[in-house]
Amino acid sequence: MNVAVIVFPGSNCDRDMYHVLTDVFKLNATYFWHEKGLPKNIDAVILPGGFSYGDRLRSGAIAAHSPIIKDVKKMAEKGVPILGVCNGFQILVEAGLLPGALLKNTSLNFMCEWTSLIVENNTTPFSNKLKLYQKIPIPIANGEGRYYVDSETLKQLKKKNQIVFRYSDTVNGSSDRIAGVCSEDGNVVGMMPHPERAAESQINPNDNKPASLIFESLLNAIGVQN
Amino acid sequence: MSLESGELDDLTLKIGRKPTSTELQIVAAEWSEHCSYKSSKKHLKMLPMKGPLVISEKGYDSGVLDVGDGYVITAHIESHNHPSAVEPYGGAATGVGGVIRDILSAGTRPIAIFNGLRFGDIEKDLHARWLFKNAVKGIADYGNCLGIPTIGGEVEFDKCYSNYALVDVAAIGFGKKKNLIKNHAKTGDIVVLLGGATGRDGIGGSQFASDSLESENRSAVQIPDPFIEKLIIEAILEARTENLIHALKDLGGGGLSCAVSETADALSIGIEMDVDKVHTRELNMNPDEIMVSESQERMLIVTSNDKLKKLEDICKKYRITCSVIGHVTLDNMMHVKKGEKTCANLPTDVVANATLLDRPSKKPAYLENIENEKKLKPIIDYTKMMMKFIASPNIASKIWVYGQYDHEVGIRTVVKPGKDASVLRLDNGKFLSAKIDGNPKHCYINPREGAIGCFEEACRNVVCTGAKPIGMLDHLQFGNPENPEIFWTFLESLKGITDFAKYFEIPCVGGKVSLYNETPSGQIKPTPIIGILGLIDKTPLSTQNISKGDCIVIVGQTKNEMGGSEYFEYIHKFIGGKCPTVNFLESKINMNSVLNVITKGLVKAAHDCSKGGLAVAISELCMTYQIGCNISLEKVPNQKLDVDRILFSESHSRYLLVLEKKDLKKLETLLKKSKVEYNVIGVFGGDHIRFNKESKNIIDLSVDKSQKIWFNSLKELVLHG
Repeated sequence: MNVAVIVFPGSNCDRDMYHVLTDVFKLNATYFWHEKGLPKNIDAVILPGGFSYGDRLRSGAIAAHSPIIKDVKKMAEKGVPILGVCNGFQILVEAGLLPGALLKNTSLNFMCEWTSLIVENNTTPFSNKLKLYQKIPIPIANGEGRYYVDSETLKQLKKKNQIVFRYSDTVNGSSDRIAGVCSEDGNVVGMMPHPERAAESQINPNDNKPASLIFESLLNAIGVQN
Repeated sequence: MSLESGELDDLTLKIGRKPTSTELQIVAAEWSEHCSYKSSKKHLKMLPMKGPLVISEKGYDSGVLDVGDGYVITAHIESHNHPSAVEPYGGAATGVGGVIRDILSAGTRPIAIFNGLRFGDIEKDLHARWLFKNAVKGIADYGNCLGIPTIGGEVEFDKCYSNYALVDVAAIGFGKKKNLIKNHAKTGDIVVLLGGATGRDGIGGSQFASDSLESENRSAVQIPDPFIEKLIIEAILEARTENLIHALKDLGGGGLSCAVSETADALSIGIEMDVDKVHTRELNMNPDEIMVSESQERMLIVTSNDKLKKLEDICKKYRITCSVIGHVTLDNMMHVKKGEKTCANLPTDVVANATLLDRPSKKPAYLENIENEKKLKPIIDYTKMMMKFIASPNIASKIWVYGQYDHEVGIRTVVKPGKDASVLRLDNGKFLSAKIDGNPKHCYINPREGAIGCFEEACRNVVCTGAKPIGMLDHLQFGNPENPEIFWTFLESLKGITDFAKYFEIPCVGGKVSLYNETPSGQIKPTPIIGILGLIDKTPLSTQNISKGDCIVIVGQTKNEMGGSEYFEYIHKFIGGKCPTVNFLESKINMNSVLNVITKGLVKAAHDCSKGGLAVAISELCMTYQIGCNISLEKVPNQKLDVDRILFSESHSRYLLVLEKKDLKKLETLLKKSKVEYNVIGVFGGDHIRFNKESKNIIDLSVDKSQKIWFNSLKELVLHG
């Protein structure tokens, strides 16, 4: 099993994600520089957080035009599980793989704090081990993390079960408290909070099990016994 | 920007001719106080720099400590005061950038940032508020973009910083010992400039920082670009792993002038370079400008011709520019050319070593009567006073600040900001605890005792996480050293720090001196900052919660030392009295016993008692862990003090320990054995913070209400005044 961790210029959670995938969940992961192509034998793709291109223009806007995104799109069509975290989510949105947009937080500040998610869809490759409405203690760290969709799209998202995670409280003013969404097919998931920062007990001041289940869901989806 | 007349004569004498214009610029930059430490260097030698864990190599810009199992940590501290006072966003951001490159230049990956911020009275001074808000944003935008967590620091407001700002940034790096760059060079090696283009920003920055701040010299302020810095970090670390770097130096104050002359001097080589080869941001920059520009995000690399291709490939990958600007020569000269024309040709030891000064010092007149107290208005309602106190900018929670910093990235942060010290996990299973502390109010009253107090406070903070202090960073910030009274305060602080470091065998692994911190309205108070690095071999003390029935024990004596306390200064608006002093023996016994009981696992939480005294320290525990308590003030070991002095004295060497009742007996046995002064002073429970004396209630705060005020008051003040 092979998980691709894509590295853009300015990605800065790539190494954290890699550590959790390999050291904690014993997956085989490989870094892919944004100018490389993705080989066919990739079982899952992760776009980590950070500040690709220093957030110039708009978060994720430039990285969405990286050469590797073509291959990510092909994989998305094939149904390969794809996860974008924080800046990775912003890139997936800018690349048109996920609906909506990410705007400046209502505080207008960068926010780094622990929050709590509610699982709204437990059928995706990144949530199938979680219980519906289960709570996940997890940190956010972003300046442009306020998910926004217009009311028509919101209706569609609800109808097609594309809302994967909601914040349990209003955190940054996002539409309908949305923290993570998926594609219509469910294989592409984007989320603002950082599961890789919550999956180990040593660095999670609350409970690391729920966030671990995000990774165990991936193991489950790509057929790894754990 | 130029040399002082005596220095011009000195230079002329040393080189045996009249210097050229470029030479003058180079030497003026390098001989500035900021780069040469000419006022302080003679005295800094007193600090102990060696220790069993210290690794010293020539040409390092950061201190290196061996943390075992083949790993090292690196640490450095810098300030960016003058630039931040003019342009707080860019000044603070480039301050972060500079210290990060110091960590990088040892070949280690930066893993944490700390900052110490000081501004005027933000309650009244709108300009101070503007400076504060933008300096925080500058640090946040820079550090967050780099993906290096900002995990700790301190913020303080005092009228002495009006129209000014102290922005101190410390950074920690981590890496394998075998990957440390061992700076070396041989004839024929090439000199490469890597990173951002050289522009006209920051010209004369180091001289600007070596003078009083009288005018806003904006061209002397550097422009930040964290994205390029991030690319440089990755490119340099890749080049290091590929063994492509012989020597590495960050371009900071003094730009190319300093980097080239200091590299050559440290490695006993000469460097010949051509300014036409430097990649510039603007056309027609003259050699003088290129040599002293302080444009950011640049590194100087010495490598060999056969490694150049690989280095260029790495730069291509990250789309950063690198230019071969010169080569290593035998003659110990710094030879700067423009094409074929020589602009400067100076012996490197002349450039890199300004004539050191022995400045006169004299005890300041203001200290004569400073320890006298005046009669203070009695406090009628301590509860009301406490509500005002916890909302005050210096006491209020700094969550508005650290909430804007990504303090989780890197997934090492075990103990998060907002506690005594932050703790990072290291790859060898050990933990690193770190804290920076300063206290200008104490240092103003007694520069020696105040500085020692900062040192002890930083130690107490790391001890509270279960760490043993292994290294110290000092940052000495004072006014104009040409004033003998100011220079006396500098020397006193330095002597105090030296004495404490020697007694506790904590080596100084890095430091910085920043002088000329003054504005037309006056000098800043003496502001030494101490950073302490502590190591935890097994488990850090990481508190999850405090429960009903848990006991609270105080270690250490509360003394009649109110001078410079927040209580005197904020509540009574009085500057004076005797400031807290550290008894070295008592300090050592207390520190060792607290560390012992923490290591033995007897304690649920430990908290140091400092700013705002016992009343604030206990309230902080209650507000952080959302639980009430009942404290009996008569049980606090003290010198028969009045109730306000027990509550608000800032005596050092005091710790609060929280533990389950069942462990109390064991704890007391250990504490008695080590002969520390201690007592059980209360229990946790309920939803009120209550201080009583002989069953009479003195303070009664609702946890919820005070918590809200404590967390939000700083944000409210900044955003809505």
